[in-house]
Amino acid sequence: MDIPYTVDVRPDTGLTNGKIGIWLFLASEVMLFGALFASYILIRTGAPTWPRGDTILNVPLATFNTIVLITSSVTMVMAWASLARNRFSTFRLYMGATVLLGGVFLVVKYFEYSHKFELGLFPSTNNFLAIYFTLTGLHMLHVIGGMAVNAYFWGPGAKLWKTNPEWFMNRVEHSGLFWHFVDLVWIFLFPTLYLL
Amino acid sequence: MQATTTPSHHSAAEIDRHVRIYITVFVSLMALTIITVVISRFHLPVPIAVSVALLVATIKGSLVACYFMHLISEKKLIFAVLALTVSFFVVLLALPVLTVHDGFYIR
Repeated sequence: MDIPYTVDVRPDTGLTNGKIGIWLFLASEVMLFGALFASYILIRTGAPTWPRGDTILNVPLATFNTIVLITSSVTMVMAWASLARNRFSTFRLYMGATVLLGGVFLVVKYFEYSHKFELGLFPSTNNFLAIYFTLTGLHMLHVIGGMAVNAYFWGPGAKLWKTNPEWFMNRVEHSGLFWHFVDLVWIFLFPTLYLL
Repeated sequence: MQATTTPSHHSAAEIDRHVRIYITVFVSLMALTIITVVISRFHLPVPIAVSVALLVATIKGSLVACYFMHLISEKKLIFAVLALTVSFFVVLLALPVLTVHDGFYIR
């Protein structure tokens, strides 16, 4: 039996099941990161002193990573637009670039983390570093998850394009929604942790 | 590899218009990122710095949500889900603020 409403919209919701599913999932993600942001506010307002992020963290690297993630969001929408134009090879190019940019983000984060560890700065060192490693660590897990899904659609998952292009396009749109959410979270993490 | 059928309900002109918007949003996001970093160099008092940083981040986030996530043309049900999420999110963020009042609200 086929999965219902993957391409056709449900008459009652006006949406495909995948679309409503991914938005509900993103709603739960907002609450997950929201809980950590609330913890950050509580810990920061309760602390007698709090360091400015740029005295401990590397702002130029984080700015570079912000540019990388924003660029990856653009390549992601361009991948979707390429499918809408029926240009599969262009889709592959943009989707490949999105996965690659996700990889660049992780490599930069690896160097950032290694440098902190070399200096003896760990999550247990102080509250600032505890919240920094928790928030950026959780965000990195999301980047890895998004990369895995995007890589699947770039590779073996793309077979669906030949048999059911509309369903494939919807799937790419949904993975794109998750990827943009990951970008959106970073847009708030960057100033909160590095600049304030 | 060509699809066996046309995959999109969008016309070519419509997609071209979308692409132009994506590029405009991309340039705006880059500019706002630079603005965020430059403002942080002024070492403004914390309340002002927080307000400005969050304002710029909110503008950037809105651009991503509205145009990259196509929220601007989304169905009512998605907005209902998001409205519920935002209300819970606000309560979540307000909880630490209430505790600052030395247990006046939360005992």
